[in-house]
Amino acid sequence: MIAIENVTKRFGSFTAVDNVSLHVRAGEFLTLLGPSGCGKTTLLRMLSGFETPTEGTIRIGEEDVTHLAPYRRNVNQVFQSYALFPHMTVRENIGFGLRMQKVAAEEIAKRVAEVVELVELKGFEERKPHQLSGGQRQRVALARAIVPRPQVLLLDEPLSALDAKLRGQMRLELKRLQKHLGMTFVFVTHDQEEALTLSDRIAVLNGGRIEQLGTATEIYHQPATAFVADFIGEANLLEAAMVSRNGTTGRVRLKGGLELSVALAGWPGTDAGALISIRPEKVHVSKAPIAAENVFEARVVEEIFQGAIDRLTLETAAGTRLTAVVANESAIMESIHEGDRVFCGLHTDDLVVVRAK
Amino acid sequence: MLAPMLLWLAAFVVVPMGILLVYSFCQRDDLGRVVFSFSWENYQRVFDPIYLGILGRSVGYAALTTVLCVAIGYPVAWYIARQREAVRNRLLLLVMIPFWTSFLIRTYAWITILKSEGLLNGMLQYTQVISAPLEILYTPVAVVIGLVYAYLPFMILPIYGSAEKLDNALVEAAHDLGAGPVRAFSEVIIPLTWPGISAGILLVFVPAIGMFAITDLMGGAQVPMIGNVIQNQFFKARNWPFGAALGVVFTLMFVVAYVLAQRRGSKSST
Repeated sequence: MIAIENVTKRFGSFTAVDNVSLHVRAGEFLTLLGPSGCGKTTLLRMLSGFETPTEGTIRIGEEDVTHLAPYRRNVNQVFQSYALFPHMTVRENIGFGLRMQKVAAEEIAKRVAEVVELVELKGFEERKPHQLSGGQRQRVALARAIVPRPQVLLLDEPLSALDAKLRGQMRLELKRLQKHLGMTFVFVTHDQEEALTLSDRIAVLNGGRIEQLGTATEIYHQPATAFVADFIGEANLLEAAMVSRNGTTGRVRLKGGLELSVALAGWPGTDAGALISIRPEKVHVSKAPIAAENVFEARVVEEIFQGAIDRLTLETAAGTRLTAVVANESAIMESIHEGDRVFCGLHTDDLVVVRAK
Repeated sequence: MLAPMLLWLAAFVVVPMGILLVYSFCQRDDLGRVVFSFSWENYQRVFDPIYLGILGRSVGYAALTTVLCVAIGYPVAWYIARQREAVRNRLLLLVMIPFWTSFLIRTYAWITILKSEGLLNGMLQYTQVISAPLEILYTPVAVVIGLVYAYLPFMILPIYGSAEKLDNALVEAAHDLGAGPVRAFSEVIIPLTWPGISAGILLVFVPAIGMFAITDLMGGAQVPMIGNVIQNQFFKARNWPFGAALGVVFTLMFVVAYVLAQRRGSKSST
C-alpha cells in the first residue's frame, strides 16, 4: 500500500530521517515507535505531504506521491492537537473533507451521520469543539479523518493528550475501528505499550533510522539491537565473551564472571565479545532448585514492590548483577526478601544476542 | 481599577461629547461667537444635499482605502506572522518605524515624491518610462495613496495579532482534508483571522472618513471630505455650532454602524 524507498530528510545540517525504506501492507496497523527526535513524525509528515523528502521516493497505492501536495493525496491525518476547526460545529468539521471533494449535500449528511454513529458522537453534532471533552474531540478528529475514506489513515500520537484511563479505553476503540474499517493505519507514538497493544507490525526508529521492523512479539522477544531491547520493555544488557562451543550451544562468560549456555544460532561467527539481552521476567527466581539450561545462585540485593510484580536486583557470587521481575504472588509464597539467597534459572532461548549499534 | 477608568472616560470622552452636543443646538452671531439659544437649524443644514454628497464621497474614499489596506496589509501581516520570532520582531519594527516621525512630515515627504518634478516622475522620466510627468499630486489618486499609506499599519498590526495566534496545524488539517490554497484560505484562514480583519477595518475606515490633513495637503482641497468641512466650520467659517452638528451626526452614524456590525458578528459566531 505504501512504499517508502531510501527516503532521507534533512533540515539544514540535521538529518531527521536517514535512508529509510519501509513497505506498509494494505489493511495493516503499522506503528512508528521511537523516542522524541527519532524522525517518526517527520516520516509521517512526508506521507501526509507536509514535508518533501530530500532524497528517495514514496508511493501510495500505485502513485508516486513524493512531490504531491497534501490536498491531492488520498490520505488523511489525525493530528496530535486534533486541529479541529474551532469555528465549525462537529458536523461541519466531520463533513469538511467531503465538502472539499464536492460530494453532494445529501451524501455528506448520510456519511457524516454514519460515522457519528460509529464513533459514538450522536447528539453532539451541533456542538463546537470547545464545548467537547478531550475524548470527544479525539473522536471528532478521528471521524473527520476517516469519513473521506482515505487509502491510508495517519495518526500522529493521537492519544497522548488524553489522561491515562481514557487513553487505555481509546486504544481499544482505535483497534476495533481499524479492524471494522479494514483501513491501513500508520500510527506514530513514543509509548511502547500503545505500540505493542495496537500494532500488526512496529517499526522502531532511532536517530532517523529503522532499528527493527517486526510484530510486537518479534520485537519484544528478539530485539535486534541494544536500543530496541532497552526501549521496548526492560532488558538486562550484558557483555558476553564466548568461552567454548559445542554443537548448537556454546558457553559464554558475562562481565562479572557468570558463565551461561547460549544457543549458537544468532551468535556472531567470531569469538569477539557480543551484547546479550535478558528480559527481567525471563529470569526465574526460586528458593528451591530450578530446572533450566542455566541455573546459578544469587543474592537478592534489593526488592521493590510494584503492585502486581516485585522487582529484584540479584547479584551472583561472581559479582554479575541482574534485574529480575517476579509475580508478586510467587514472591510472597516463597517469601523472597532482601538479603536472601535464591536459585536463578535461564533458558538458552531467552539469552538474545543484540547488535550494540 | 474601574473607577479611575470611568473618570478618565468621563473627562476625555463624555464631557467633550456633551460640549459638542450643546454647541450643535446653538447659534452663532456675526462675529462667529457661539450664542446659546436653542435651534434645530444646524441639523437641518447637515442634511443639505451638498453635505450629504461630501459625506457620501468621504465614505467612498474611506471604503476604497480600507479595501486597499486589507489587500496590501493581509499578505504582509500573514507573511510576518509565519516568520521565526526574531525575524518577526524585526519586521514588526519596520511596520512601526514610520510612527517615529511626525505624520505631517511623512505627508510632506509624499508630496515631494509625487509632485510633477518630484522623485517618482524624475525617476520615471530618467529611465525613459514616460516622457511627460504624471500628474498625481492634487488628484484623488494622491489622496488615496496618502490615506492608504497613513492607515496601513493600523490594518497590519491587528491582522498580525490574529494570524500569529492561528495554529498552523489547522491550515495543515484543511490541506490534509483536500482544501487547496484558495479553499483553505477562504474556509479556515479568513474566518479564524476575522477578529483581526474586522478590528483593522474599524481602525482604518473610521478615521479615514474624518481625515482632513491628507485631503488638504495631497488633494489640494480639490476633493473636500467631511473632515475638511468640519475643520473649516471650526477654523475658517467660524461656525462652531454647525461644525458641532456635523460632528454629532457623523459620530452617531458610526455608533449605529458599529452596533449593527457587532450584532451581526456575535450572531455569526454562536
